[in-house]
Amino acid sequence: MQQLERRATVRTLLSNRGDMLCVTGLGGTCWDVAAAGDSKMNFYLWGAMGCAAMVGLGLALAQPDRRVLVVTGDGEALMGLGAFATIAVQRPKNLAIAVVDNEHFGETGMQPTHTGSGVDLARVAEAAGFAATTVARDDAGLARATAMLREAPGPVLAVLKVDTAKQPLVMPPRDGAYLKDRFREALLGKAAID
Amino acid sequence: MPDSAQQIDWPSQIFDVLKEYDVRQVAHVPDAGHARLIKMCEADPAMRTVTLTTEEEGVAMLAGAYLGGQRGCLLMQSSGAGNTINALSLVKTCRIPFLTVITMRGEWGEFNPWQVPMGLGTRAALEAMGIAVHDATEPGAVRDAVEAAAKLAFHSFQQCAVTISQRVLGAKAFKD
Repeated sequence: MQQLERRATVRTLLSNRGDMLCVTGLGGTCWDVAAAGDSKMNFYLWGAMGCAAMVGLGLALAQPDRRVLVVTGDGEALMGLGAFATIAVQRPKNLAIAVVDNEHFGETGMQPTHTGSGVDLARVAEAAGFAATTVARDDAGLARATAMLREAPGPVLAVLKVDTAKQPLVMPPRDGAYLKDRFREALLGKAAID
Repeated sequence: MPDSAQQIDWPSQIFDVLKEYDVRQVAHVPDAGHARLIKMCEADPAMRTVTLTTEEEGVAMLAGAYLGGQRGCLLMQSSGAGNTINALSLVKTCRIPFLTVITMRGEWGEFNPWQVPMGLGTRAALEAMGIAVHDATEPGAVRDAVEAAAKLAFHSFQQCAVTISQRVLGAKAFKD
């Protein structure tokens, strides 16, 4: 079945992003978002697996006028499936989740995840009550998914089926306190260091 | 417990501290001991009160809230503290102010043996993750413990838990 190239896919999601805020998962999506271009408006998780979507929810509730895009992997999303239910119930209009789904745990030796065995995260999110979901496998699907992630009333979730080709390691800063401080300062100005 | 201690409205006192510290997001997995406080938070239009499926969601949500400029508090019972452990690395590593108020099970007059391991292990588990733990073992101590923890969290950028003993809550009665 046709698959997207993961680095180009994440680059597409973030191109001309405006003032959109971005939270990543750990591992592959962290490197993908860094490779697309580091930004103070990116908050990268280097750990705390399973937490990305809920960091996105707290941020989206605190900043209802800003679009919040969570870019995470299938393994990371599977670890926090309950978050889909919690987010759906809160109905944050400004929250979008992109699952970069290569159907494998990429950081630990490419063991298969459940998404390769029939678990459809878009249908899980739809059943939980997300406003819209989609699965993209080709450029046309990616264009539709990107438009939805950027514009559609949330919560929305797109599964982006990507290849497993090895990518160069592109690491963002990894000091969490620094990532948090620069994000807050860029977003909140002087209030960040209150 | 003396009558005067029974009359201390500690849930309202916790709510007042949360308001004083401008807590805007309250995440919880319900516990009977938190029932009144949760109702007060839900009734406050300035607070967003979010029911979770599991407690680590709350750690993540409050980290996101702080990134966005809002303070939060996680309400849970001691069994839930065990669910948060790896998620706490997020608030520790990022030096994000973190406040949780934990109602205890399994440490004082417990009937249900399944609550006991996590109840006895709550403080040690949280301290192993670098969380400052303040205990409230009588009703008159709750307000000060929450206030001290809020100050440590929000003014000194620390990660803090308050545990409220079954000596305050009363052990759960397993009766019809």
